[in-house]
Amino acid sequence: MENVLNWITANQQIIYIVVLMIFVGIEVIGRVPSVLHTPLMSGANAIHGVVIIGAIIVMGKAETDNYLALVLGFLAVILGTLNVVGGFVVTDRMLEMFKKKK
Amino acid sequence: MELNLLTLCYLIASITFILGLKMLSNPATARKGNLVAAAGMTIAIAGTIFLYEQDGEKLHNYAWIFGGLAIGGIIGTLAARKVKMTAMPEMVSLFNGMGGACAALISLVEFNHLSKQLAANEVEISAVQPTVLIIVLGLLIGSVSFAGSMVAWGKLNGRVKDFSFTGQNILNLLILLVAIVAGVILVLNPGQPLLLYAILGLALIYGVMFVMPIGGADMPVVISLLNSFTGVAAACGGFLYDNKVMLTGGILVGAAGTLLTILMCKAMNRSLQNVLIGSFGGHKTAAVAGGKQQGAYKEISLSDAAMVMSYANKVMVVPGYGLAVAQAQHVCHELEKILEEKGVEVKYAIHPVAGRMPGHMNVLLAEADVSYDKLMEMEHANDEFKTCDVVLILGANDVVNPAAKNDPASPIYGMPILEVELAKTVIVNKRSMKPGYAGIENDLFFQPKTSMLFGDAKKVLQDLCAEVKTV
Repeated sequence: MENVLNWITANQQIIYIVVLMIFVGIEVIGRVPSVLHTPLMSGANAIHGVVIIGAIIVMGKAETDNYLALVLGFLAVILGTLNVVGGFVVTDRMLEMFKKKK
Repeated sequence: MELNLLTLCYLIASITFILGLKMLSNPATARKGNLVAAAGMTIAIAGTIFLYEQDGEKLHNYAWIFGGLAIGGIIGTLAARKVKMTAMPEMVSLFNGMGGACAALISLVEFNHLSKQLAANEVEISAVQPTVLIIVLGLLIGSVSFAGSMVAWGKLNGRVKDFSFTGQNILNLLILLVAIVAGVILVLNPGQPLLLYAILGLALIYGVMFVMPIGGADMPVVISLLNSFTGVAAACGGFLYDNKVMLTGGILVGAAGTLLTILMCKAMNRSLQNVLIGSFGGHKTAAVAGGKQQGAYKEISLSDAAMVMSYANKVMVVPGYGLAVAQAQHVCHELEKILEEKGVEVKYAIHPVAGRMPGHMNVLLAEADVSYDKLMEMEHANDEFKTCDVVLILGANDVVNPAAKNDPASPIYGMPILEVELAKTVIVNKRSMKPGYAGIENDLFFQPKTSMLFGDAKKVLQDLCAEVKTV
């Protein structure tokens, strides 16, 4: 019990962020019209591409003789970039279609 | 100074993510919202590359980092630019899988790093246990998301067929349970790298098995769910590196994605549980449909259909999946123009879940340059049907099935539908009399005011265009 309480105290900043972000995430998209479901999904998909930052850190920290870390990290950077770049471009293409034609 | 600058970068990025999502949920600002989030992401990535340091040490291996960014960036842009509008959902699924795989790989490398430290007795076991827990979580969620997304991708482009057997749900739960137990053992006793690979394998199998039995038409819901999984996996990375932007971005998508999944289910008037365990397409519904005697339907010839439409005042087109499959959106727009030249008012009635995903039809018709003002949402379309002379249904079925309104035994009972029978004449284009995705008969086709026009949507529309021109 004490361990858990200590852990909460030690990580309270992060816990606060998680709790608040859950509410923010639910709140900001609460009123999305159904036409925008797919672009929104795609946009959110691009945003979780933020995992690329972890991949960059892994890659940048890898010792130059640790080939496993180098190869896996390199792969992670490629996949993460695919997620980010592809995600944003696809979303933009979808939304391009929604603009009013004159 | 540089670290403080990085904190600022991350703060800005986190704010753009929230703003971006907010703007994405409004049609007027959606496109800008996407760009705002993309800009924030660029700032966060650039900041990480140039400003990040740990224990006073900067990142190295720049060649690898930039190489990876370049390769991923080029392939990502090309793939996203080239993909056809109809294939958008599977593209999203593919990119989502990449994110999940990325999170899983990070976990693998970090664990490898950790076990070296453990082997060299550099760290205490109790000190690394929370880290191991997060690594396991990231690996588990990321791998499930990756494998599931790949199956969803395969299903949407028709490479993977639905597959289910009795007791599959129980087996799936068992696999997940074993993976979780393995995870707990690994956290308690981190010195066993083999267990990590076992978890990886189990998670991949679970991801495949989880998506396998779910029908192709429900893939958007599944992708949205897997999307929120990847969000959580990214957030695990945030815990791992105490990185606030990964944390906010990940959790934000995890929460928003979960809500979006529920909203999508609601638009189809189904529960998430119903989608995941899947009562659709099962034996029960087939029995209900088979037990009912159907009357006769009547066919209409192309020239008759062309005649009726040419002399109508107002034609409402109801597009469905059949239109998307046949890639008939351009011909459809062609027909609209020819009819308008003849003074016929043409509009489109869009059901929120017409096609394979919400918004599918809007995207498709917009690609063919159909004016946004001509697309009517369900509520408005339902007000207008009674003033329509002809309703032309193109490969839509369940969304116009009156059983949803008046047959409580029907599996789609309660789903809001387009009330096309209010119009004077209904012309239905289908490839055959086969029931739609929900596997149930449609009374509409047997009503006196309905005529069937069989054939591939594109072919039929081309012929209709030619016929209407000669009227």
